[in-house]
Amino acid sequence: MTTLQKKSENPIAHLSAEEIELLGKELDEIRQEVLDSRGESDAAYIRTVIDVQRRLELGSRAVLLASFFPPAWLLGTVGLSVAKILENMEIGHNILHGQWDWMRDPKIHSTTWEWDMASPAEQWKHSHNELHHTYTNVVGKDNDLGYGIMRVDEDQRWHPIYLAQPLWNFVNACFFEYGIAAYDLELGKNLASKRRRNDPAFVAGYKQVLGKIRRQATKDYLVHPALSGPSFVPTLLANVTANVVRNLWSHSVIMCGHFPEGVETYEKTSIEGETRGEWYLRQMLGSANISGSKAMHLMTGNLSHQIEHHLFPDLPSNRYAKIAPKVKDLFARNGLRYHEAPLPQQVASAWHKVFRLSLPNGWLAETTPRNAPAQLAKLWKMTTGGPKVRRALSAA
Amino acid sequence: MSTTVKPSRPTRPVRPVLAALRDRAVRLAELATTPLLPADYLDLVHPLRSGTDLRGRVESVTRETADAATLVIRPGADWAGHVPGQYVRVGVDVDGVRQWRTYSITSELARADRCISITVKAVPGGVVSTHLVHRTRPGTLVHLDQATGEFVLPAPLPAKTLFVTAGSGITPVMGMLRNHLAEPSDVVVVHSSPTPDDVVFGAELRALAASGAIRLVERHTRTDGHLDAALLTELVPDLAERSAWACGPLPLLDLLEEHWATAGLGTLHVERFRTGVVVTGEGEGGTVSFGRTGTAVEADGATSILDAAESAGVLMPSGCRMGICFGCVLPLREGAVRDLRNGELTVAAPGDGVLVQTCISAAAGACDIDH
Repeated sequence: MTTLQKKSENPIAHLSAEEIELLGKELDEIRQEVLDSRGESDAAYIRTVIDVQRRLELGSRAVLLASFFPPAWLLGTVGLSVAKILENMEIGHNILHGQWDWMRDPKIHSTTWEWDMASPAEQWKHSHNELHHTYTNVVGKDNDLGYGIMRVDEDQRWHPIYLAQPLWNFVNACFFEYGIAAYDLELGKNLASKRRRNDPAFVAGYKQVLGKIRRQATKDYLVHPALSGPSFVPTLLANVTANVVRNLWSHSVIMCGHFPEGVETYEKTSIEGETRGEWYLRQMLGSANISGSKAMHLMTGNLSHQIEHHLFPDLPSNRYAKIAPKVKDLFARNGLRYHEAPLPQQVASAWHKVFRLSLPNGWLAETTPRNAPAQLAKLWKMTTGGPKVRRALSAA
Repeated sequence: MSTTVKPSRPTRPVRPVLAALRDRAVRLAELATTPLLPADYLDLVHPLRSGTDLRGRVESVTRETADAATLVIRPGADWAGHVPGQYVRVGVDVDGVRQWRTYSITSELARADRCISITVKAVPGGVVSTHLVHRTRPGTLVHLDQATGEFVLPAPLPAKTLFVTAGSGITPVMGMLRNHLAEPSDVVVVHSSPTPDDVVFGAELRALAASGAIRLVERHTRTDGHLDAALLTELVPDLAERSAWACGPLPLLDLLEEHWATAGLGTLHVERFRTGVVVTGEGEGGTVSFGRTGTAVEADGATSILDAAESAGVLMPSGCRMGICFGCVLPLREGAVRDLRNGELTVAAPGDGVLVQTCISAAAGACDIDH
């Protein structure tokens, strides 16, 4: 991806400052309409989802007590996977955003909620709500863009190490919750120097994470298998499977939010003195939606409405689908691209970008079946040669 | 001016060994439910059990007058009982938002079903009272605190008592009358209401009067005008000999307190319901005090509490500073704040459990922030 400011065709050049502010006002009005009508049925919605999730988890775990019987294993594992996905996505993520704080229910509140995720709620709220949602897609400010661990921008110099990036991305997907925890701890940065490693805040943070991982692992890999008695091993495998399924699913959904081709990124200097309207506009172009059924929206925690979520991170998730037509209309009237596609397409697009940028700039686009041998030879030279060779070949 | 009687609370016998065993079992169960608690699952099926947050289930709603109703509530197993005259804080979800209000308990102690009752008068514009009187159905779960309050009768009862009440102020007194009338005492009740039909428990009070258990003086303010000191002395000539309890609107209580003080009468026990939060006009702001750090800041109505506090040197939690990250949320113990984005007002009384985002909230009156 190339930041919007460096693009030859700026997708917002046609909007005047007044038009941008007007757009912000319209979005404020949409927000206010939701606030004014928010009430009993919304509260009933989240309570129902929580209730269903808890019963589903309990039921699935009960079925897994007999997991030596293969159909029971399958049923229990599917149920547990779904329960874990609901718990992380529609429930945990959205409660921790403060979407349900207005109910004043101390049991469903951003300040008291804890979730089934390696990253403790407190740490995640800082890195996600504060950093990612405020500095969405600003290069150098929003770590969610993945600069720390991947090549995500043509302007990042290519190195052979990036050839392994698809594999690395897949591994990260399997262990996604630990990746998130490491990311919230800023592990890379904080392990780099002795001073940072011994910083009491960092030490307290990683101890908190380790404690949480220990409790989660004890529950999933020891207590519940032990409760299954003779089904210890199948139940253990069921828990591993459910956690990996949940990780792969949430990784896919989250990749779809900001990573598909065509989502805009921004230069750090571009947000200096940013107005409310400009902030909205950055969120509009910096997110991508997943189209699909109601079940799809529920299972993605309504992050399928990533655009609406980024515009209004604190509105109840069940309302995103309802305001989406209005938001979409606003895009159309302002000549902006409402980035929306079905899940397979968005996942493919995001993975395409991972592959494309794992290779030298232009390599994938230039490669055809006919010139493949020559292109492979070039890639081989660039991989085995030094920086000089790489520079010469990529310039050619 | 207030009572010196300490209500004795019936307590449950505690068996330490059993309690320790239960604690250990709960800790073991937590290993299987983390990050949730076993209670989170048990609450799904048994919200009134012992050991969980105190709740109650509305068993019945009975209309008393056009705008008042009695709710019979089955309290959770940990309910510690009450002393007649005491009140209970009730948390009700109205339009999805948890609201806490205080109501006097009106039931008899010896109820066979161990339920309690509260009697609610729908106040015009009252979000919670209107909801409880007109829209609450049997089966609804409400949240409860333990009963509390010092507005109770001493034991033994004084030989002569006087109750002065108005409107829903009759409710704690009804709680006392229903439980203490078996004891010999000379009781006078002076009750004010707009019309005879508006008297909450009207039929019951009149029946008590007819049976000679109490002397009832009904005042109907729409035709008779409001009660004053001279009138009260006239209605109850032996005022000085009576121990008095009063409950009703603030002007009435102020008037009585003043009369008791100037006339040098005995003890007057008063029960004041809800001292209203003072809300200032848009843009005016107020004093924001931080209970735990012991600082107070003058904030205008256009500055966020976060900014005002920080410029006064208070260390505040903060995040995005634009109302999206919820990193600055703090409890508003008491007071009123206005949302700087849309002018929406949030008002809190102690115990309401209201949390506000300090980065987009400005003071709209005196505020007490728990920080």
